[in-house]
Amino acid sequence: MATAIGLAGQVDWDVPEQTGLWKDAWVRFRRNRLAVAGLVVIVLMIVLALGARLPTAPGGLWRILHLTNEPFLQDVTNSYATPSLQHPLGTDILGRDQLSRILYGASISLTIGIVVQFLILGIGGSIGMAAGYFGGWIDNLLMRFTDIMYAFPDLLLVLVFVAAFGPSFWSIFIALGLVYWVGLARLVRGQVLSIKEKEYVEAAIMTGTSPLKLIVKHLVPNSLGPVIVTLTFGIPAAIFTEAALSFLGIGIRPPEPSWGVMIEDGYAGIFADPRQVIFPGIAVALTMLSFTFVGDGLRDALDPRMRR
Amino acid sequence: MSVTAGAPFRRGAPSFLSWIPTGRGTTLTIYIVKRLLWMIPVLFFVIVITFVLMHLAPGSPWDREGRQLSPQVVENLNIKYGLDKPLWQQFVIYVWGVIHFDFGDSLRQPGQHVSDLILVSWPYTFTLGAVTFILLVPIGIGLGVIAALRQNSLVDYTALGLATAAASTPNFVVGIFLIIIFALGMNKLTGGTFYFPTGGMPSPFNPFQVELIMPVITLGALPTAYIARLTRSSTLDTLRQDFVRTAWAKGLKARLVVVRHVLKNSLIPVVTALGPTFAFLITGSFITETLFSIPGIGRTFVSSIAARDYTVILGTTILFALLIALVNLVVDVLYVFIDPRVRLTE
Repeated sequence: MATAIGLAGQVDWDVPEQTGLWKDAWVRFRRNRLAVAGLVVIVLMIVLALGARLPTAPGGLWRILHLTNEPFLQDVTNSYATPSLQHPLGTDILGRDQLSRILYGASISLTIGIVVQFLILGIGGSIGMAAGYFGGWIDNLLMRFTDIMYAFPDLLLVLVFVAAFGPSFWSIFIALGLVYWVGLARLVRGQVLSIKEKEYVEAAIMTGTSPLKLIVKHLVPNSLGPVIVTLTFGIPAAIFTEAALSFLGIGIRPPEPSWGVMIEDGYAGIFADPRQVIFPGIAVALTMLSFTFVGDGLRDALDPRMRR
Repeated sequence: MSVTAGAPFRRGAPSFLSWIPTGRGTTLTIYIVKRLLWMIPVLFFVIVITFVLMHLAPGSPWDREGRQLSPQVVENLNIKYGLDKPLWQQFVIYVWGVIHFDFGDSLRQPGQHVSDLILVSWPYTFTLGAVTFILLVPIGIGLGVIAALRQNSLVDYTALGLATAAASTPNFVVGIFLIIIFALGMNKLTGGTFYFPTGGMPSPFNPFQVELIMPVITLGALPTAYIARLTRSSTLDTLRQDFVRTAWAKGLKARLVVVRHVLKNSLIPVVTALGPTFAFLITGSFITETLFSIPGIGRTFVSSIAARDYTVILGTTILFALLIALVNLVVDVLYVFIDPRVRLTE
């Protein structure tokens, strides 16, 4: 884009390098410092969460290495302990170590946040793809169906689903998938409709490309950018919903320490010890913030209009 | 060359209906009627889905903590409320009732009509939501526009940073932090003489009560941040357009460029977003109401789900769905007036 005259006086022509979409996107993503910071936090969180769950003994690897305590071990004589070397974030009303519980909670939040996106991609992606690709009455039917789903407030529908499946990790998981696919289906449909009009797709159809190959080779790769961005922004939304449901007492149930459960417990004893809410609250906010930054970064990196 | 009062619409806006050709007015009426009719199947399916899910849920309204009701009592209760009938029959009876605006009696609060329960709790939620919405729109749009006009300045970074932080902090965390700082902290600091009350909302209709301050911030932080971010990016987009450059080039005053050329265009996506924002204010209030013990409809809904109070669940769900459908309709119709390029073709 710009031409710069180097110190030696020779003109340094900025020749556009031949780069693929993903390499190009990665270069632009790296330029966004906040997004990179978010990515670092997320990777760190994932490592911490994995260590808290693997191997499956309470406390996982971190317990084995004596870095944290067991998340379920109660010690009622030591309730609401102030942070110390033994309990870096203090203990809760039952004397359970807060740090190990927060790390355990991270595994729940991250699993729900990230894995649900695949379910959403499966449901929303295929419905949107079918509606956009086939058009006609299939499109009409599917889109009217998404209209109906749209009439429900998200959280309300999740609440009803979770109530129907009973409070557990899996019911939240399925409920989130069954509710949040709508936005993605609309997006994919729009993408497919606009790509279908492109010349290269017409050319592919005229040269006798099979529908499957058309979808796999043209429609999917070309609509991938916005889909990835939407799914990334879906992660903090899913994390929020799980925490909110658990906070309302409808989601994950104690003693499983999800962040929402910890905040609910802490809120009940807020006058005794506000720390009980502050730490899990910061954990939720930090995770959601990191994913938002990464989403922002991805959006700018994958948007072809931003390419220089 | 002066900006008329109704600049966002068209010049001479007070009689803004008169510029619509008669043909278009008819199209609009037909469009609205169509959309209203379309709500009927939507609401029907909302009832179907909620009804099925509710009855799929394990447990019944007669479950009690501790000592259970005797089987005979449960049987009698089932007969009294028609829960002994086959599911499809219950469904038909319920829908027939809804058509006649009869939402049945609460199963857990004997003798209370669902509509009465809703009428009692609705004003709390409405006041909370309305106050939040009225504050949210100017603050969100204002922050967004200022940030965009001063792109990459300190103001921009501060506004954007605040908005991003608020957009990714769950509202119950915001609420709890507010309680810790302004109720617990201030209570301690001032020795109990001055602090914000944490709970309740003594008068449902009064928008000026100190009890509302923290709930409104809790409920409004996220949507305000969302609107601010949206306004900022949309205004930035518009600022880069050719017609804005032309407006600057022909020497228009900054205020005119901004108000007439930039805002008029950049606020279009913001208006669309206000519909879902309103929906968020209703659903978001579940948490805010629980947090601040406000006896609004969100709490009624959450507790009715926990209690398997079938009729209350259905009644509130229908109300929410209806409100959202109506708000979306209003937004879509407003859209026609704000953006003359939009034609009603559906």
